[in-house]
Amino acid sequence: MKGNEKSIRVDAAGLYRKYGIFIILVIMFIISAVMNKNFLKPQNLLNILTQISVVTIIACGETILIISGMIDLSAGMVCTMSSCFAAGILLQTGSLSAAILAGVFTGALAGWVNGFLITKFKLQPFIATLAMTNIAQGITQVYTGGTAIGAGEKVRFLGQGRILGIPMPVIVMLTAVIAIFLLMSKTKLGVNIYAIGGNEKAAIAAGVDVKRQKRIFFTISGALVGIAGVILMARLLSAQPSVGNGYEFDAITATVVGGTSFTGGSGNVGYMLIGSVIVGLINNILNLLNVSTQYQMIIKGILIAGAVIIDIQTKGNKSEN
Amino acid sequence: MNEECIIRMSHVTKKFPGVTALKNVNLEMKKGSIHGLMGENGAGKSTLIKIISGTYSEYEGEMEYEGRKVRFRSEKEALQAGISVVPQELHPIPEMTIAENIFLGREPIKHAWILDKKERKLKAAQLLKTLGLDYDPDTKMEKLSVAQKQMVEIIKAISRGSRLIIMDEPTSALTNVETEYLFQQISLLKEKGISIIFISHKLDEVYRICDTVTVLRDGEYIDTRPMQEVSCDELIEMMVGRQVVDIYPKLHMPKEKAVLEAQEISGDGFEKISFAIREGEVLGFAGMMGAGRSEIARAVFGLDQIRKGKLLLNGREIKIASPSDGIHEGIAMVTEDRAAYGFVGARSIKENISLPNMDRFAPRFLLKKREIENAAGEICRKISVKAPSIETRAGTLSGGNQQKVVLAKWLIRDLKVLIMDEPTRGIDVGAKQEIYALISELARQGIAILLISSELPEVISMSHRVMVIAEGKCVGELSKEEVTQDKIMKLIAGGKCEN
Repeated sequence: MKGNEKSIRVDAAGLYRKYGIFIILVIMFIISAVMNKNFLKPQNLLNILTQISVVTIIACGETILIISGMIDLSAGMVCTMSSCFAAGILLQTGSLSAAILAGVFTGALAGWVNGFLITKFKLQPFIATLAMTNIAQGITQVYTGGTAIGAGEKVRFLGQGRILGIPMPVIVMLTAVIAIFLLMSKTKLGVNIYAIGGNEKAAIAAGVDVKRQKRIFFTISGALVGIAGVILMARLLSAQPSVGNGYEFDAITATVVGGTSFTGGSGNVGYMLIGSVIVGLINNILNLLNVSTQYQMIIKGILIAGAVIIDIQTKGNKSEN
Repeated sequence: MNEECIIRMSHVTKKFPGVTALKNVNLEMKKGSIHGLMGENGAGKSTLIKIISGTYSEYEGEMEYEGRKVRFRSEKEALQAGISVVPQELHPIPEMTIAENIFLGREPIKHAWILDKKERKLKAAQLLKTLGLDYDPDTKMEKLSVAQKQMVEIIKAISRGSRLIIMDEPTSALTNVETEYLFQQISLLKEKGISIIFISHKLDEVYRICDTVTVLRDGEYIDTRPMQEVSCDELIEMMVGRQVVDIYPKLHMPKEKAVLEAQEISGDGFEKISFAIREGEVLGFAGMMGAGRSEIARAVFGLDQIRKGKLLLNGREIKIASPSDGIHEGIAMVTEDRAAYGFVGARSIKENISLPNMDRFAPRFLLKKREIENAAGEICRKISVKAPSIETRAGTLSGGNQQKVVLAKWLIRDLKVLIMDEPTRGIDVGAKQEIYALISELARQGIAILLISSELPEVISMSHRVMVIAEGKCVGELSKEEVTQDKIMKLIAGGKCEN
């Protein structure tokens, strides 16, 4: 009898882990629809997706890192740095492809350096990326002189254009999510991401070159941050030396709300996308309610703590079993 | 009558899910004596110690301490009652001084809440003096040798007013000189009327220091005897027992050709080890835990480094710097610590099996999912892994099935050498038997197998040849015909058991 109750509770935990996020998504939809008559109009929904695009692209990389047992705190600042370099190169060369390349390369390079510090000198990802945050901020300030760089009309299509009615940032975001989803589920790189996060020693003992893999994960994540930087610049039609600050926090929130556990070894970008939409909807609701930015920060902080508590609680039940 | 006993246990039984660690133990330990506790690995010594020291409070039977009936609810309760344990692995805080470590958690206080550093140093100095030790109480723990750290741990126990000190294999990490030093201190403690439980595998030490000895075997209490009245051979017999249930399959004759040869290899924890394993041969490594057996194996596989010496595979010299080198050469290893190195608990059986085999399942980056599923399904059926499906998470399986998954990931490869370190630890008898059958079958197929085991019957029955390792060196080699448990134990004890 007692055992039965327990197994039911455990099943509830299991069910929550699988479907809880969809329930929350539906609840958020209902609340939004009640509060705002225009909410369900396609235009509004696309606006919300556009708003979350930059953070979601960053979160694709953050998901890879958190699943493999690491984290990148520098993503927001590196995103800003990439957007500034992209804008700068665009002004200098007038070539959009050169600008995109510069942005992506900047992000990837910063990511590789993070990975290098972590694997070569055994720095904690937390510390290495914290240091990178400062470095990126400094470089950005030096490069821009602290003022915005106008990007001109060439990026307007990338930031505000549409294909078949879908905004470009949303297309880039969905492409990134799908690409990373396929990378993680269909390639050996994906197997390594989960294995290293699940049990690094066992991965080493199975012949995985963990150091090299970690550098690759960080480089991929960095490239995604670079893409996010280019999109950010394109949306704003300019690069601003402080606009991306704190994006890493939103990206980590989306990842964690999406059920990726900080203990590593499980999670996926599909759920992260849902997590990101939930965070986007909450932002949207709070804006509609005229809640000031300060209070929004408090609520987001509570949200990330809550998501982790739920993660631990539902997992705790499982291990009891 | 009871006053003379520091510990008296009657009908103590401790069960864990699936295992009975202690069966109906009756035991008396005299006050003020040095009481040896002996038995093979897994005999139940640690469980017994953990009951006495309050780690386990759930057990059947009764325990008396200093004539009072007790049941300690926690380690703290036992500590307050005057029972201290000096564990095998010491965990002092290296950055702190001797004085700080001794009084950790019960620092002397003045004026209600101010730390009295002067008093602490003074008290520590006094304590050090009572044992005739001339360490400066301000020395950092990290500067001390293992023996010195042990002494600090013992002083900590005395300063708590402990009347019973349990030492779990205190000499396993000590040099001969340090052991002498420890023994002098133990004699001093005895003079002060402190009772000591001394756990050791080394017969000569037990003979030297102990007054009485208790032997456990397979969780059962065998006997308690005054040290002078028991001969060395009797003691060994008590420890290993005579009945060996035959769960071991027959081994086939190995071929002549040597597959793996180690020539005077040295590394952390082992020195100048040479051996050769022939095609289809099982070479056993016997010895106690911490003797250096695992270190040798880990180095051959690439988890640790070989500093000196050569490794030959089929006569060709090979360089192994990482497990991927080992795997590439056709060497695989089933590690001792299954949970840490064996598998990824959060991932599925299928993924665990595919992990070291990406050369086959993803030769060009993309996973061949169908092939993984077929191969994993097939090997799991073949070695009968009991699980709902190959999608089941490895962490949810029983110990025996986890071990089979670890084996499965190697068995789908083309192996030349398979190293198995304690392959049946924590596994029930049924699964053990299956793994033994598998070892025999793999050897028949021509794989060279290195089997490390602390269970003597296992290493004797499952090896063509047994090498005995002690303190990082090979102390003897026994052929299938000559190997017995007594001979192995004597070699481990350093041949110092001729009486």
